[in-house]
Amino acid sequence: MSDSRTDKNRREFLLQGTKFIVLTGVAASAWDYVLAGTPEAAPSYKASQHWWAMMIDIEKCIGCGGCVRACKAENNVPLEPYYFRTWVERYHVRGEDLAHPDVDTPNGGYDGFPEIYHADDGAKSFFVPKMCNHCEHSPCVQVCPVGATFEAPDGVVLVDSAYCLGCRYCVQACPYGCRYIDPRTNTVDKCSLCYHRITKGLTTACCETCPTGARQLGDLRNPKDPIHAFIREHKVQVLKPQMATGSKAYYNGLDGSVR
Amino acid sequence: MEETLLAHVQGFMYPNEMELQWSVLIVLYPFITGLVAGAFILASLERVFKVEAVTPTYRLALLTALAFLLVAPLPLQLHLGHPERSIQMYLTPHTQSAMAMFGFVYLWYLMAVLVLEIWLDYRKDIVLAARSSTGLKQKLYKAMSLGIDNISPESLRIDDKVGRFLTIIGIPSAFLLHGYVGFIFGSIKANPWWSTPLMPIVFLFSAIVSGIALVMLMYMVVSWFTRREISMECVDTIGRYLMYAFIIDFTLEMLDLIHRMYEADESFKSLDFMVQTKLFTSQILVQIIFGTLVPIGLLALPQLLKLSEQARKGIYLLAGSLTLIGIFAMRWNVVIGGQLFSKSFLGYTTYKMGFATREGLLPAIILLVLPFAILWVLVKLLPPWQDDTAKA
Repeated sequence: MSDSRTDKNRREFLLQGTKFIVLTGVAASAWDYVLAGTPEAAPSYKASQHWWAMMIDIEKCIGCGGCVRACKAENNVPLEPYYFRTWVERYHVRGEDLAHPDVDTPNGGYDGFPEIYHADDGAKSFFVPKMCNHCEHSPCVQVCPVGATFEAPDGVVLVDSAYCLGCRYCVQACPYGCRYIDPRTNTVDKCSLCYHRITKGLTTACCETCPTGARQLGDLRNPKDPIHAFIREHKVQVLKPQMATGSKAYYNGLDGSVR
Repeated sequence: MEETLLAHVQGFMYPNEMELQWSVLIVLYPFITGLVAGAFILASLERVFKVEAVTPTYRLALLTALAFLLVAPLPLQLHLGHPERSIQMYLTPHTQSAMAMFGFVYLWYLMAVLVLEIWLDYRKDIVLAARSSTGLKQKLYKAMSLGIDNISPESLRIDDKVGRFLTIIGIPSAFLLHGYVGFIFGSIKANPWWSTPLMPIVFLFSAIVSGIALVMLMYMVVSWFTRREISMECVDTIGRYLMYAFIIDFTLEMLDLIHRMYEADESFKSLDFMVQTKLFTSQILVQIIFGTLVPIGLLALPQLLKLSEQARKGIYLLAGSLTLIGIFAMRWNVVIGGQLFSKSFLGYTTYKMGFATREGLLPAIILLVLPFAILWVLVKLLPPWQDDTAKA
């Protein structure tokens, strides 16, 4: 009996000990995240050493909307259903009719997607996350009358909201509908590729949250970055290639019906 | 607001597209600058191309152009999210931006061309008015003369020479002012409704049409009010030029339309649906039928039939008014129409205009009335009639 009690005590000890070690690890990494998330200067960041891009794998997107929620929370985006830095669209394509897909984006995908299609309806359905394409030849940068929208040396298209006139010309010029006027500031807003995070070695809020890895930040100037393999190993495409904007959001599995 | 924006969407739009960016105020902007450019080009007909018949409208056309030009930037300012920052367009312009050049084109046209030309043309009148008046009025005219009171024949001859030179510069400047406004829209490749190299030239000719129509109407109305005789030779000539300009304008617009229909690119079905539904009234009925075909037909009548003076006056009045409505509808269809469809070509929305809001109907009406108020003051200060033809 005494042996079994000892066994029990030993088992208890091991269990508690493992819990302690595992939880400390979690706590430690959580603490790391807290530290990393604290805004601080990025003195070691050299913009010229990076050329940021986005990998979006449509085949991995499950339409959970986590990216939309994370983005709105991280970047203080208004919650109304027509202001988005990123959003998710659901495509439903019947047969060969690529020109007339049924597309919806309830609240930009913020709350996920209610099931409205049957799996056996003979059509294909998929989700397309959308965001600023951080174009190399941005139409929005071109038209801004005062240069409040500009391309940083690391390829990120940014907005200086202290300089923006609110003329809305850039909103008209963006072929992808990525810009909106923030009603609180009357200036334009759009995805900044979480510039406050990526310049500190973190990834974007949307990539951070994505449970399937459908969105990943890539650095085209880093030869070891997985983006090179992603582009090499997949049939990648950008949105509206006929616009020749030099989009840096590379999609895998982009269907011809997507616009 | 949330409910209404969503309720207006038919089909699919990118979520950020639901809010219309450019309101009725941005419709006014090309409409007003068009009137300026058109009025100036009519004035230059007399000065440069020696069309003597339109002389009675020369000064009125210049004053009309000035009155509207002074108002032209106001709808833009009212529309900006941060009007106080608009000065940055002068201080740190982004040279690749078509819009950044507006300030410079505007200032050039206002100061270097229009104001200088009006000043040179009126200099003698201003000096004489300063001499014959007293008190505050005298001070005002003295200030307007900029302290120069030499009106010797030699000095007036120089004025005339410089004025002619300015008009010659002024014509390409007027073309620049409005062609440039067309470029602002025509150069947006993201928007197939706007993106065409024809846009600047269509804007230009519609500007000429609207400016000529406005000056013709103003001349007739001002003459009635001041009990002056309307020169029929003058209005007949203007009516003829209006018809010619209108035919060119309509041809260009139809060329654009036919080209779109024949090419039928990816955007065509979406745009075609829009024209047949949401834009049917403003585009097919108001712009093309009542705003273009009817006035062209009316203006052709005096060319084909022998009509009485009274009938011709009536025709010009009706045709001129319909023309202005038609050109306004054209601006509306470009600016508002270009925002009613999704860039995904899968959906549409509706523009709901506010009334007493910052970009609503009321400020738009005020901005359209304001140039006439300014013109009234200008006509009081600088009477446009060169000879005294007032009936006793």
